[in-house]
Amino acid sequence: MTETRIPKTQVEFQAGPESENGAGSEATAANVPPAISEVRRFLLSRGNSSLADGGFRWLMVICALSIFAIVVLIGTVLVRSSELTRAKFGFKFFFDQMWDPVNGNFGALPFIYGTLVTSLLALLIAVPLALGLAIFLTEMSPKFLRGPLAFITELLAAIPSIIYGLWAVFVLVPLMRDHVNPILIRFFGWTTLFSGDNLGLGFLTSGVILAVMILPIISSLTREVMTAVPHSQREAVLALGATRWEMIRVGVLRNARIGIVGSIILGLGRAFGETMAVTMVIGNTPEIHKSLLATGNTMASVIANEFSEAADDLHLSALIEIGLALFIVTIIINAIARLLVWAVTSGAPARVN
Amino acid sequence: MGVGIEVTNLNAWYGATHTLQDINLNIPPNQATALIGPSGCGKSTFVRCINRMHETNPIARVTGTVRIGDLDIYEDAKPVEIRRRVGMVFQRPNPFPTMSIYDNVASGLKLNGYSNRRALDEIVEKSLRNSALWEEVKDELKKKSGASLSGGQQQRLCIARALAVDPEVLLMDEPASALDPVSTSKIEDLIFELKSQYTIVIVTHNMQQAARVAEKTGFFLNGRMVEFDSTHKIFTNPSDKRTEDYITGRFG
Repeated sequence: MTETRIPKTQVEFQAGPESENGAGSEATAANVPPAISEVRRFLLSRGNSSLADGGFRWLMVICALSIFAIVVLIGTVLVRSSELTRAKFGFKFFFDQMWDPVNGNFGALPFIYGTLVTSLLALLIAVPLALGLAIFLTEMSPKFLRGPLAFITELLAAIPSIIYGLWAVFVLVPLMRDHVNPILIRFFGWTTLFSGDNLGLGFLTSGVILAVMILPIISSLTREVMTAVPHSQREAVLALGATRWEMIRVGVLRNARIGIVGSIILGLGRAFGETMAVTMVIGNTPEIHKSLLATGNTMASVIANEFSEAADDLHLSALIEIGLALFIVTIIINAIARLLVWAVTSGAPARVN
Repeated sequence: MGVGIEVTNLNAWYGATHTLQDINLNIPPNQATALIGPSGCGKSTFVRCINRMHETNPIARVTGTVRIGDLDIYEDAKPVEIRRRVGMVFQRPNPFPTMSIYDNVASGLKLNGYSNRRALDEIVEKSLRNSALWEEVKDELKKKSGASLSGGQQQRLCIARALAVDPEVLLMDEPASALDPVSTSKIEDLIFELKSQYTIVIVTHNMQQAARVAEKTGFFLNGRMVEFDSTHKIFTNPSDKRTEDYITGRFG
């Protein structure tokens, strides 16, 4: 469309002065003063600006394309640097639970397990909280509370990961060790989910700190999709004699559910990739335990921990392959989540007024 | 069966705006009553006071008495109870897009915990027949979503949804103003059919519509009710000069 339009306007602009003024615009302007004003002459002298327009356009295209380039570049580097382990272990790499750098044996299963367990724990804790917060903010909060509460929630997202880690080490770990874990062991010890040494470190503590970190993203996106549900839907439910909770359930949550699922998945994606805080409290042992109080390790943490001390190429390659797996999984998760959120906030499904 | 509505000294505010001033009005049972008037005259606010939807806006306020049958709705009942007895159809069709046609109609009953499946099937069919939509959707009741219907069908679905809870009063806030002429005439036929069973209050911009469907008509202007009388009288021989000016198209 734009391609065909631009030349047409160029022609019109060039035809203008020539047909009116003939060859020399200066001379004719003197003979017939009212025909062409000062302003018009100035504007005509500007040409068709195609160079500036085209230049600007290409600059922006390059900026946009550089995003793709970065993604491709990262992907390529990860793929090429992990060649060693991919050749040696193949797909077995992801199902082997032996991680033994000294003897050159590498299996990523303990880290995949650790990442899954901590992230799912985080979701389990964060999702109900985030939903409750979003419902309160969009449907029930008095106006004067809405701004500050939303602001503080967003602020949580801005705190650097390392600060969360420090807080976890000095506050959360002792709290879990001395107060929370003993209760869990006493009442739920029989499930064997809470058994073994109580160090305060491990899967559960990591899950809790991750929950705090993904709470803001889930709650703010949920709030966004809930706000996008038209007011008429709420009125429709209310007019049928619904209580406030029924109105929220049928009129709001039901319409926003795809987007809410999207925001939860996005939170999951963040939990997967979160490194620093988890590294500080998970214990960093490449082991698989059923007990949530046991120490373990995650994909992101093992890279952070061992990258600088990886002695040989195989070890390095193994770490990079874990990075590659994490990269692919988080990209896919984020893409799915964004699509779901987009479907509610700007797509068709919930947009019936 | 419908019941009458008795409104005494009704005043309503939106923030500092006094949108309804001293409305006194008796709406007869089992008839259609039309409310006409220019935009912003308070007629929509008035119907929203009858099912206590007005107060769902935090800055809104109401004083005065509204009796539906024997019930003083602002004294003797909670909003939830009132809205179960008074159905409402809005200006723009608002079916639930994530529900099937069937579930849309059954939503009012399911919401209140009604779970007799066979009875539900019957009620859904009856409501859809009453809203003249049954023939068009009966084969895809549980397959199609409420949002997949056309605008006119959606509005009739909303009417069916309101009828399914067997209301005593049906409020319609410009139910046809977002619809094409064919759909509009279907809705009007529907009002004609339904008014023997329900007390219908219809807000409309369209004076011909009021003349076609309603026994009584009230004319609102600037938050006051200027005149309330039989539709015939309002449109042929209004007693107030402002009513005459409005219906003859001199303003509004």
